Amino acid sequence: MTTLSVKQPPTDLAGRLSRAVLDSATMTRRNLIYWLRSPDEVVGGLAFPIVSVLLFGFVFGSAMTVPGGGDYREFLMPGLFGMTMVFGLVVTATAMVSDTSRGVTDRFRSMPIAPSAVVAGRSLADMIRACADLAALIGCGLLVGWRARGGVLEFAAALGLLLLLRFALIWVGIYIGLLLRSQEGVSVLFPMVLPFAMIANTFVSPTMMPNWLGFIADLNPMSATVAAIRELFGNPGLGGETWLAQNAILLAAAWPLAIIAIFFPLSVHRYRHLSR
Amino acid sequence: MTLATQHRPLRESTDLAVRVEGLGKRYGDTAALDGFDLAVPRGTVCGLLGPNGAGKSTAIRILCTLLRPDSGRAEVDGFDVVRQPMHVRYRIGLVGQNSAVDEVLSTRANLEMFGRLYHLSPRAARRRADELLAQFALTEHADQSPRKFSGGMRRRLDLAAGIIMSPPVLFLDEPTAALDPVHRSDVWAGVRSLVAQGTTVLLTTHYLDEADQLADHISVIDHGRVIAEGTPDELKTALGGDQLDIVPAESADLGAARDVLARVTGTEPQVHEAARRLTVPVRNRVNALTETLREMESAGLAVHDVALRRPTLDEVFVRLTGNAPSHESP
Repeated sequence: MTTLSVKQPPTDLAGRLSRAVLDSATMTRRNLIYWLRSPDEVVGGLAFPIVSVLLFGFVFGSAMTVPGGGDYREFLMPGLFGMTMVFGLVVTATAMVSDTSRGVTDRFRSMPIAPSAVVAGRSLADMIRACADLAALIGCGLLVGWRARGGVLEFAAALGLLLLLRFALIWVGIYIGLLLRSQEGVSVLFPMVLPFAMIANTFVSPTMMPNWLGFIADLNPMSATVAAIRELFGNPGLGGETWLAQNAILLAAAWPLAIIAIFFPLSVHRYRHLSR
Repeated sequence: MTLATQHRPLRESTDLAVRVEGLGKRYGDTAALDGFDLAVPRGTVCGLLGPNGAGKSTAIRILCTLLRPDSGRAEVDGFDVVRQPMHVRYRIGLVGQNSAVDEVLSTRANLEMFGRLYHLSPRAARRRADELLAQFALTEHADQSPRKFSGGMRRRLDLAAGIIMSPPVLFLDEPTAALDPVHRSDVWAGVRSLVAQGTTVLLTTHYLDEADQLADHISVIDHGRVIAEGTPDELKTALGGDQLDIVPAESADLGAARDVLARVTGTEPQVHEAARRLTVPVRNRVNALTETLREMESAGLAVHDVALRRPTLDEVFVRLTGNAPSHESP
């Protein structure tokens, strides 16, 4: 029989920090194992972007024109990278709801786990999954002729901006996931997120849309990221003459930071609200 | 905020695993808890019995540090649930109404993961998982996913995950809700084995027989406060002694027999039409029995069956709360 004496919570900062790190790592591992054991969910999540590569890249591709000329598939891939990051919001919210609705989150909260670990484990796992998703899509892009034509630094900066957008949306996903509380609620999320991926510069340049719609598409935070990485990857289809389109890289950093500034406190508040 | 202002010290509480004084919790206009008191001595099983919505789960959630009370105080193993939640969390296990195990993990991996979250080393977590698998008769299913488990096995795994650190106090929120009778007794056996090792258990249930089977002490809760408490026997005795059951030979005589019983005992009997049975509480058991039979005879009413018995907890409950408990109970 293992002898288990009742432990004491750490009192000093170092003890608390090391516990928070350990607990977050355990949580991250748990969340990653979940995806390893149910790969259908991960593959299913990638199905939409990959089908989009085939559908838009090859079926509709010949009818698509890139403003300023250039290969449509080169134009398309950065859009799909950005879209996958946006769909990550659904991934995060789904995982949160799955835990809260089954009482798992409550069980964790009743355990001597660092209070930050549940959320930290969620966001770390989601970031790791986002990296895997991106790697798969980049591989897919390379197969259909997409190339990153900038330097290593530009490539790294582009990946950084994509992951920054994903990181910002984790907090939106956690907030929505804590609001929903039931599995049924999750099913409406994807149809709600889809317009965000569509009314953007993903598939078509906003310069080719009616003015008002193009403006909305340019305002979309995802458009900023996609326009910025097109520029960094050296892919065709740079935006129009608007200020929004001209300052894509700045906006691709500013938008996610603004989202974090709003949704991080909201998520923390909502998580604490579980005990009200 | 009443919490900050209430600094009167609790009484000496070393012999109590759970001590609750005047706990209150409101949701809008509804009081989930309203002056809830509880004292659970170490090493005992306390049953919180009440209808749905009585406040049982709210009480458990507060004691497990999941919910903050609006007023009152609660201590678990000597620590205040509001001011020292982390100390409390090191000392409790919680098995909630829903199964909180992961279906994508094997049974052993589930227990190891919880062990890791309790800061056991990988090796200690594995050893503890194996012990618990043996204790709850799950060893041969160690490498399976709980997905294929019966409700009873799943609850046993939940119990095992709740006691990884051998917590001094274990909270079970409706541990056998939605289980069939075989699996319920399965879970009861698991709980009894924990109690035998000295764990204090606070369980909520709306199954009277469950409280009767497991609990040393029962607190009946309704509308957020305790309305009666005692051992199962005390509760039954305190509420009007024995019950007299009479079954007239003819259904047509039920009305006349009811009049006879009411006259003899001075209490309006309950009529169970389907069972052709009349039930009434009696004080002086033998007198009531002989007098009832004599009166039945002189009224020309044939008696098919008669019995004197202790009241069931169902009957105790009905009289305490004025409403019938859940009849999901088999």
